[in-house]
Amino acid sequence: MDATSRDFPANAVRALGDATLGRALEKLQREFRRDRAAMLARMPEFEALRDAARDIRAAALDDLPALLERFEDNVTARGGQVHWCADAAEARAAILALCRAAGAQSVVKGKSMISEEIGLNDHLEANGVVPVETDLGEYILQLRRETPSHVVMPAIHLNVTQIGDGFRDAHTDRDPHRALDADAILAEARDHLRDRFVTAQVGITGANMLIAETGSIVLVTNEGNGDLVHTLAPVHIVVASIEKVVPTVADALTLVRVLARSATTQEITSYTSIVTGPKRPGDADGPGAFHVVLLDNGRSRLLGGPFRDILRCIRCGACQSLCPVYGAVGGHAYGWVYAGPVGAVLTPALTGIEEARHLPAASTLCGQCEAVCPVRIPLPALLRRWREEAFARALSTATERRLIRLWAQVAARPLVYRPLLRLAVAALTLAARLAGGGGRFRTLPFAGGWTGARDFPAPQGGTFVERWHAARGRGP
Amino acid sequence: MSGAGRDRILAALRATARASAPSRTIARVVPARARGDHAALVTRFVEMADLAGASVARVADAAGAPGAVAGYLARNGLGEDLVLAGEPALSALPWHHAPRLLVHRRPPLPTDRVSVTGAVAGVAETGTVLVRSGAQVANALHVLAEAHIVVLDAGAIVGSYEEAWARLVAGGEVPRAATFITGPSRTADIEKTPQIGVHGPKGLHIVLIHDSEGLHRRGGAAT
Repeated sequence: MDATSRDFPANAVRALGDATLGRALEKLQREFRRDRAAMLARMPEFEALRDAARDIRAAALDDLPALLERFEDNVTARGGQVHWCADAAEARAAILALCRAAGAQSVVKGKSMISEEIGLNDHLEANGVVPVETDLGEYILQLRRETPSHVVMPAIHLNVTQIGDGFRDAHTDRDPHRALDADAILAEARDHLRDRFVTAQVGITGANMLIAETGSIVLVTNEGNGDLVHTLAPVHIVVASIEKVVPTVADALTLVRVLARSATTQEITSYTSIVTGPKRPGDADGPGAFHVVLLDNGRSRLLGGPFRDILRCIRCGACQSLCPVYGAVGGHAYGWVYAGPVGAVLTPALTGIEEARHLPAASTLCGQCEAVCPVRIPLPALLRRWREEAFARALSTATERRLIRLWAQVAARPLVYRPLLRLAVAALTLAARLAGGGGRFRTLPFAGGWTGARDFPAPQGGTFVERWHAARGRGP
Repeated sequence: MSGAGRDRILAALRATARASAPSRTIARVVPARARGDHAALVTRFVEMADLAGASVARVADAAGAPGAVAGYLARNGLGEDLVLAGEPALSALPWHHAPRLLVHRRPPLPTDRVSVTGAVAGVAETGTVLVRSGAQVANALHVLAEAHIVVLDAGAIVGSYEEAWARLVAGGEVPRAATFITGPSRTADIEKTPQIGVHGPKGLHIVLIHDSEGLHRRGGAAT
């Protein structure tokens, strides 16, 4: 997928003007907070499970080459085949070759972020193989030729009218005046995709995890589409990135305990499948061939550097569902596959900081992402690290850099900083009183960049240092 | 591509490997709700399955199972046909107790409304059933029909996912497909509205047989 992350500022302004998107994001974040609190109340061991999940993922990264070899050995022993691909182009070519070898005109797909990352659908289509997304959210997007805006709720940015219009435009054999509420859309998707499952010559899924000890893949869905994909098509192709491997089934089951709880606040998804190789002799059904396309695409480089911890990610999307910046601009503004805090760390790592320098800057560093991450990735620290990197490489404008240097000079000298701050607080307090704006400024001189999109809060009381000393019973 | 690609990727990974990676002891956590005596686990299994949107019919012994299946079909307007998995324990159920049912023993079709299978285990921690594919069970039986009925021996209910997996591998090799199923097929992809029955079953019904002996005498619940 081509990145437009360098256009983040313009993308964000456009997104802020989209009322439909704003309503959807507000609902997402409000309900996610409420449902997550209920989930936590049901699962008192959740914090301990997060520790275990973090340790399992960290240990797997420490042992990655050996685990991948073991995974391959076990896939091969059960009659499957692993294809190692250094980048997106190699992975696309490998999958297309497998589809051609299977004589496939159409393939059914389960939801896969890696297939988005490598731009698989466009490549297959351009080469005469028709990909059909079967996850409802992904199918909705495919009809509208859009990309996912959230890692587990891909069509969260759309409303039911937009979705219904997409179905009317695509399913032209049906009555164009039919009513399409949510239930009718669901029924139509079920009906329309049923034949596709049965007739496709190849089924492509992602993998939530790979298990070294058995050569299995773990597939987590709520719809059951992934299971139909890997069961009914004669060939099953899995596309997964190399960091997804864990040592044992027990490790995978521990991660299962945090994945759905973090993603959708469910206890577990409806279907959690452990799929191992092709159909066995005598099996009643299943594909005759099983292929795993393993993608590196920059991850081996990432493993050796300061952003290693982001590879612990299990793609639950909790950081997106709670992030105030994601909540304001949605996923598409980030301009590539991964949005929100995880995207702001991963996108510069995989597409380059030159392309994506705005993303780590677009954060309040409020820390909510780290507070909910099931594998405890220190996201704010990684975002800060990218900001330093962008500064060191002089990627920002000369003015920006001059101002940051000036700020550093002032902020490092308390004898200069404190009187200046007191002066600013006094001036803003006075201005707020005169303007009577209810503690907020809608516009401020020299701060149009801030107030163009949001209010600026007026000071409430003194400076932090003044209040700190006052609270401790000492003068400033 | 593959051979060279493999060596290149593995070499790159080894170059970054931590020479003295600290050996970690991972503190494994099994939630308290996965523990308890068997009666408590059965009760919790039923509660959690209900919470997940499955329905559970508890019958005293195997003789009651066909009637429970027939009752579910009648209540939900699902007709009288069902496709039965090939496990001997299922075939051995006294289907003549529910004479209106038309029991088919054939590969599943996309037009089937009802499938009936066994399960390897029930998992109390989330009201989950673990099912598997094999010679006697087409995996499609678990996801293709409008309603999936699982006949489960109460003796096969365990606390945790790990114990369920242990039961599975105790029977021999890891099967091609093993699925932890919790409630019916669902989505929230349209405006985050919860909806049931996307591609998989709209209903998951569990017929729980309490006197395990009845089923064991006929060959065991798990295949």
